[in-house]
Amino acid sequence: MVDITIRKRPRTEAVVTQRKFFKKTARGKVIKVLRERYLRDDVGCGIQGCSACPGSSDDALPMAGDQRHQLFPHGHFVLPDTNVFLSQMDLVESNLFMPPIILLQTVIEEVRHRSLPLYNRLKALIKMDDKRIWVFYNEYRSETAIIREEGETPNDRNDRGIRKATAWYNDHLRVTRPPIRGQPPPNLPTVVLMTEDAANRQKAEKAGLSCISVRKYVEGMKEPTQLLDLLAAEGSTDIEPTRAVAGRQALYPDYIPTGTLLAGIKAGELYQGHFNANQYNYLEGSVPVPAFTKPVLLIGRENMNRAVHGDVVVVEVLDEKEWKAPADEVVDQESTLKNDDAEDSGEEAEEGDQVIRKEKQVLLSEDVKRTSEKQPTGRIVGIIKRNWRAYVCHIDSTSLTTSNATSLSQQTVFATPVSRLLPRIRLRTRQAPTLIGQKILVTIDRWEATSRYPEAHFVRALGKVESKEAEQESLLLEFEVPYRPFGKAILDCLPVEGEQWVVPPKSASSPEWKDREDLREMIICSIDPPNCQDIDDALHARHLPNGNIEVGVHIADVSHFVLPDNPMDSEAASRGTTVYLVDKRIDMLPSLLGTNLCSLRPFVERLAFSTIWEMTPDAEIVNVRFTKSVIASKAAFTYEEAQIRKDDPNLKDDLTVGIRLLNTLAQKLKAGRMAAGALNLASPEVKIYLDSTESTEPIDVEQKELRETNSLVEEFMLLANISVARKIQETFPQTAVLRRHMPPPRTNFEKLQDILLKRKGLTLDVSSSGALAASLDKCLDPDEPAFNTLVRIMATRCMLSAEYFCSGSVGRDTFGHYGLASPIYTHFTSPIRRYADVLAHRQLAAAIGYTPLHATLHSKSHVERVLDVVNRRHRMAQMAGRASVEFYVGLALKGRNEREKGQVREDAFVIRTFRNGLGVFVSKLGIEGLVMFKRDIQFDADNYTITVPASMASGAKDVTIAVFDKVTVNIEVEKDKNTQRGRVKMTLVQPVDSSSM
Amino acid sequence: MGSRVEILNEGGFRSDGRRQYELRDMTIDLSQQGSADGSAVVTHGLTQVLVSVFGPREAKMRSQTIHDRANINVEVNVAAFSTGERRRRTRGDKRILELAATIKSTFEPVVQTNLYPRSQIDVFVQVLQQDGGLLQACINGTTLALVNAGIPLLDFVCAVTGGVHETAPMLDLTLLEENDTPNVTVAVMPKTGKVTLVTMETRLHVDRFEKIFRLAGDAGKVIHGEMKSAVKTRTSALVTAMGSGPRVGAGDAADRDADERMNEY
Repeated sequence: MVDITIRKRPRTEAVVTQRKFFKKTARGKVIKVLRERYLRDDVGCGIQGCSACPGSSDDALPMAGDQRHQLFPHGHFVLPDTNVFLSQMDLVESNLFMPPIILLQTVIEEVRHRSLPLYNRLKALIKMDDKRIWVFYNEYRSETAIIREEGETPNDRNDRGIRKATAWYNDHLRVTRPPIRGQPPPNLPTVVLMTEDAANRQKAEKAGLSCISVRKYVEGMKEPTQLLDLLAAEGSTDIEPTRAVAGRQALYPDYIPTGTLLAGIKAGELYQGHFNANQYNYLEGSVPVPAFTKPVLLIGRENMNRAVHGDVVVVEVLDEKEWKAPADEVVDQESTLKNDDAEDSGEEAEEGDQVIRKEKQVLLSEDVKRTSEKQPTGRIVGIIKRNWRAYVCHIDSTSLTTSNATSLSQQTVFATPVSRLLPRIRLRTRQAPTLIGQKILVTIDRWEATSRYPEAHFVRALGKVESKEAEQESLLLEFEVPYRPFGKAILDCLPVEGEQWVVPPKSASSPEWKDREDLREMIICSIDPPNCQDIDDALHARHLPNGNIEVGVHIADVSHFVLPDNPMDSEAASRGTTVYLVDKRIDMLPSLLGTNLCSLRPFVERLAFSTIWEMTPDAEIVNVRFTKSVIASKAAFTYEEAQIRKDDPNLKDDLTVGIRLLNTLAQKLKAGRMAAGALNLASPEVKIYLDSTESTEPIDVEQKELRETNSLVEEFMLLANISVARKIQETFPQTAVLRRHMPPPRTNFEKLQDILLKRKGLTLDVSSSGALAASLDKCLDPDEPAFNTLVRIMATRCMLSAEYFCSGSVGRDTFGHYGLASPIYTHFTSPIRRYADVLAHRQLAAAIGYTPLHATLHSKSHVERVLDVVNRRHRMAQMAGRASVEFYVGLALKGRNEREKGQVREDAFVIRTFRNGLGVFVSKLGIEGLVMFKRDIQFDADNYTITVPASMASGAKDVTIAVFDKVTVNIEVEKDKNTQRGRVKMTLVQPVDSSSM
Repeated sequence: MGSRVEILNEGGFRSDGRRQYELRDMTIDLSQQGSADGSAVVTHGLTQVLVSVFGPREAKMRSQTIHDRANINVEVNVAAFSTGERRRRTRGDKRILELAATIKSTFEPVVQTNLYPRSQIDVFVQVLQQDGGLLQACINGTTLALVNAGIPLLDFVCAVTGGVHETAPMLDLTLLEENDTPNVTVAVMPKTGKVTLVTMETRLHVDRFEKIFRLAGDAGKVIHGEMKSAVKTRTSALVTAMGSGPRVGAGDAADRDADERMNEY
């Protein structure tokens, strides 16, 4: 049984044992709080072998103190003041800083009060085994407890308490080690008050205490040099005491009223645009506006004025003399704001000052270093429309006031969004401790001018970080992919026969056969990636008696099943596209259609929409016709199978001959296209091999291999798309659904051109797509075959993305597809997975007189509206797919890391240089990463190089690294300690080891 | 600010300097209060209640009389100044009515009501200060006031609140602790070890329940010692003052006698 006692608190001591204070609530009510405390004599001093204190096994402090410091030959203990931890935490955390430390409760509480993150670091420090730290609960020890005096600030009171504790410790040492008669008096170790506050030092000296500043202490140590580096700058010593703040200051300027905004935009004084956050530097953003060639730059929090990525904002452009260039430094929100506090109390403004000061420092230091060209700079004066959605976040564990899972109290914590484009979000929740290590969904409610961070509420938890389900769902949410199962109304639109649906026998009366060509006897086959279930295209080719060749592309007749304006159609329109993740496919159409009824599977009759050309053997088109048809595919090949079949000289059957015929034509078509100036672009696509559907462990990551047959299919799909585009544009000049790729503005290439010229002496001609294609072909490095691919990837990034549009909405001269060098283009060949294709099908069917065109497709505004959605979904789907690959690459890396003991090394190319880092691209894994340097390196922005001085590189010479250089990086997947967010961390291995930099 | 206080820190101290199993300072004042037949002022730390007992006496309302035993009537009044935030609680307040009903049901099996048929015992509880453990203070105060009024009880009723912070059990919670931890109030009759009340308003994990329940029971016995000595001191002072009993420090036998009498409780 435990010992239960009643603690006595004599009434006479009430002055010391009771504390009365007034507190202002959030609502502004003043409350009187009375607290009591029980003073005791059994609070241990923590020194081993102390005769007066109840000894315990975990006493941390050696009896003689630390005798290695030259100022204190008789040994010493360090008793640090609060400001030591507030400003020199890095030093104290260093494993070279090892004196025995007496940590006062007063100090811990003051740190906690000032900054929770620092407090949490301090707590971790106390728990570390190799540090000799004893926490002395001075506020509970009767001799050292003090009360605040009249007119004394809390800060002064704490300082006095710390001095009193120091004095007590010194007395305690003297009393417990009395001189023994006949022996010289023992050399007592000193308890040294370590403080950065000069006033406190003065008072301590007056009281006869030994005290010292951190710098002086470190200088007196045996090997001070390494530790001196860790000392924070002198300027940061002026941490002001907490002062009561009457009202919260506005941190951001107010928005201008909407009426004034609109008038300003109309008058051309203000500009409207989408706000884009910078993913490398959270203090910078930009707003592209048509009035300037370069986007308007926004530097600093006040100028970004509470805009969140994607908001439609109004900017005011500053005077030209105030224009600045974007910074070339990586500024990480987490490291800069690491010690900011989530609690929304009175101290806000106080801590805020520190944050602001810190950020100003960052901005100032950037200012000096800004080297690149200036661009319009402005500030946001209003928001037209917020584009807030639900964001997937992680909870930052250091912002918690208590991690006690049974705690019922409401806490204000930080949520760090998964996307780097978003600011940290402040969240009020009662279940914070249980949410740590989970992915959660939050919604931003508001962002007041008085609050540094937007405020949000918790929506729901998605699951544990890195669990397959949570990651998958968070991806879908983050990219706004609609992933709910299809509803009943939608499923009701499917044929009632379900799986049993077949093409009815041919007869004049059957509606399916009306105006359909019977192509069932044709030797048609499909070629797709392995495990493809939604086969939406099939091909055939045969010689005609006149020496020409007949080529047919047969596309699944989705528009036969998806009728305009029914629930299934509206759902497909809103989904826009099928989304492919590594381990999941989110269908646009119910799977009965996608993978069965519409899928052009072999050996079954299926409805198709066919495009049939007559071509000369030189691949000149003689004529083209479009028809609805019924086909029966004779085989479904994978690219690989088709390739093997084509290459096998022994095979002479009709299918193989057909494939060979298609292949020769495709080669000619491709040659023709290239001659016309089509670009051969590269994207860093990789393929993930999954072990099985059950486990999440990916086996391997491999770059996608391209075969001849890939390009075979591609060529005919392009051809079909172009032919269909011509036809529907002719018939419906106002509402045809087309796709275009705008030529990129020349300025997009400037940087790449400059880098190429300076680093490699190569020129890039961007006057036309043909010229670009030709000069890209010349970008070769004889030593490095991958260099060309790299340049292509970088060039691709300079381009705009292709988009769907309605032919009546834009000028005829802007129809062109830049990348394909085609004057007109649409999407027709994948109606199962893209909604634009479904529209093209309907228009083509109307163009050949098969059905009348549905009224909605006659309306320009309707088509535009639908295509807007489809464009957005398309973009999101691409990003979601990429993010999914990235996640699996991360998992694969983690697996490899475990197998290879953290020695995952890959070749990488430098693609960007920053003042404090390098952007690298690992082609083998298709990922991009950042190598950050903690210490300053020389940066030459003009020549795109960084130089690591010899002193740091631990080599004889300075090492210069430039863009396009090949380096070796060590890749680790590191989990953020606070948020559990996994991130890829890269360090250089070759030419220099950057792990210590 | 409230959430900034650590409930139980690494050194094993609670926010007011106590350790886990230490109860707050308890003072008991059994002096006469007004015209009450028995009264007690009990403080647990900064929680203070004044309990006055009237009766047994004739019931004011006929309807409330029970033919074979006395009716216990408990009324609780929370002073507006008892909390930091000045707040008037009406007598019809549901929480207060519940508190009164809890006290009543706790004492019904302890007070020997069958000795006083058709009568009424009034217990008026005045809450003067609140800092957690209100119910425990009310129960302990009522016990003492009933004793003071000379109403026969089967045993003392001693109540203590226990809570669990993370996995560490704690006793006698302050308001701060009460708001942040799951807690349970247990009232025991120390002589027999019988439990007359277990109540909680928060969810407590079932695995933790037994431990904290037993602890609170043990703590009740500690409280009992305190209460008993207070009653003894009071009684011997009264006896001395009346001049009819042995003088303080006089005959051993008489003293032992009084002691033995007191041990009945």
